[in-house]
Amino acid sequence: MTLKIAVCVKYVPDATGDRGFADDLTTDREAVDGLLSELDEYAVEQALRISEESDDAEVTVVTVGPDDAKDALRKALSMGADKAVHVNDEDIHGSDVIATSAILAKALEKTGFDLVVCGMASTDGTMGVLPALLAERLGLPQVTLLSELSVEDGLVKGRRDGDAATEHLEAPLPAVVSVTDQSGEARYPSFKGIMAAKKKPVQELDLDDLDIDADEVGLAGAWTLVDAAAARPARTQGTIVTDEGDGGKQLAAFLATQKFI
Amino acid sequence: MAEILVLVDHADGAVRKPALELLTLARRIGEPSAVVLGAGEAGASIAATAGEYGAATVYVADGAEFTEQLVVPKVDALTQLAREKGAAAVLVTSSGEGKEIAARVALRLGSGLITDAVELEAGENGPVATQSVFAASYQVRSTVSHGVPVITVKPNSAAPEASPAAGTVEDVTVAFTGNAAKVVSRTPRVSTGRPELTESAIVVSGGRGVGAAEGFAVVEKLADSLGAAVGASRAAVDAGWYPHSNQVGQTGKQVSPQLYVAAGISGAIQHRAGMQTSKTIVAVNKDAEAPIFDLVDYGVVGDLFEVLPQLTDEIGAR
Repeated sequence: MTLKIAVCVKYVPDATGDRGFADDLTTDREAVDGLLSELDEYAVEQALRISEESDDAEVTVVTVGPDDAKDALRKALSMGADKAVHVNDEDIHGSDVIATSAILAKALEKTGFDLVVCGMASTDGTMGVLPALLAERLGLPQVTLLSELSVEDGLVKGRRDGDAATEHLEAPLPAVVSVTDQSGEARYPSFKGIMAAKKKPVQELDLDDLDIDADEVGLAGAWTLVDAAAARPARTQGTIVTDEGDGGKQLAAFLATQKFI
Repeated sequence: MAEILVLVDHADGAVRKPALELLTLARRIGEPSAVVLGAGEAGASIAATAGEYGAATVYVADGAEFTEQLVVPKVDALTQLAREKGAAAVLVTSSGEGKEIAARVALRLGSGLITDAVELEAGENGPVATQSVFAASYQVRSTVSHGVPVITVKPNSAAPEASPAAGTVEDVTVAFTGNAAKVVSRTPRVSTGRPELTESAIVVSGGRGVGAAEGFAVVEKLADSLGAAVGASRAAVDAGWYPHSNQVGQTGKQVSPQLYVAAGISGAIQHRAGMQTSKTIVAVNKDAEAPIFDLVDYGVVGDLFEVLPQLTDEIGAR
């Protein structure tokens, strides 16, 4: 039996660019180039490792996003994923995370899977809640925020480093997992991988294919409302001194004026 | 008055500070009720603390499920209470687990979700949350337009204020839904004796400029003289010099202390995303061109191995 692994990935504005908001208070995707969210590279990596350990496995990358989001899928395919699913529909624009999780859950059900692998958060919204929402919608165990992950005998096992404790977790497949940036360095696509990716299948789906009504998603279907978005005022230029032997003392004097010491 | 459910985060039998902040913020938007889950024998003292900080009612539920299964039992409890009590809002601390709990509760209640709020106030259409996004370059104000607002709030968003209330304890029996991952083992983090990174009023962080694991000794000494938590940049963590649990940045902890001291940290966007909302920022770096100096209230261009010990000595002498 083929082990079917689905990886959810997101196309995000480059964090090193000057990110901002469009007039409708959604993320401005024109202002900055997009790319595969760095944290999703770790999810692709773990999916590929599990696939390589398995006798017979298949890795499908799934994304919800505009035309450009194909770039994120191509990156994952060039790393070694087998095929891709792209949910693309104008009515999706402005969807909040609750609606996005509904779209992804439907797409995953259509694609079929034994294991869903996600990154711990996107690098734009940084909410970190999508894996939990998917587990809730799909009625599956969530095994999330893992720094170590393995699949053996129909069980997924992982290590979660929380604030107060480190936990070892276990759940039967099918399950939804998410991995942190500690799970293992993501591989770089090889030239061969990049060439091969061009021939790999990318299935296009729209809301009709998923039996989702347009008014359930997008800005109209969002359950949260962004009332205002304003650039944070630039910090006023601070005092900068060069250490000439008394830099520590000067810093102490500053901290004293601010009542920290 | 509108009942606001506050999930009380606790560890080692004591209430964690961010929960007291939540109770303080909850009073701005209604009457707080505390929810204490899986605290065992410590439930009574945790409930008493919640009462001191404004909880009119404290719902206490205990059971092995809360520690033996991941996330879902707490979701079961919070959703059940929100429905039974007709809560006007649900507040949870913004931690990895807190956000996951909040997300699933929101979905079950058919409610909108706001995460990582740094400010909360009452508005005409329910609570208005302020978020700091895109590496803190933007401030966003949001409301929940559908269902019972479920909001997670970052630690250090408010100063806890005592406000004695009835704190009437009500025991709750939770109907668990199952379907959760099993916690096979749990190893509590060994305490360093220093404050928790996300909760601390002062954070001293070291980066690439610290040079080696041993180099963190000067960072730790300064932190101890200030009663601060110790942080590290991703470069320092990836090099194996300091544990990942102390990483400050987009993929680590996001901190918002009163004072942030960056030592030997250049200030890459990844790091700035985790500390830019700090109230006062101080940096020590040999490189006068380091981007961190664009953020600082006070910066010293110099060798951290000379500046930090001198600062530590000065603090000791005061």
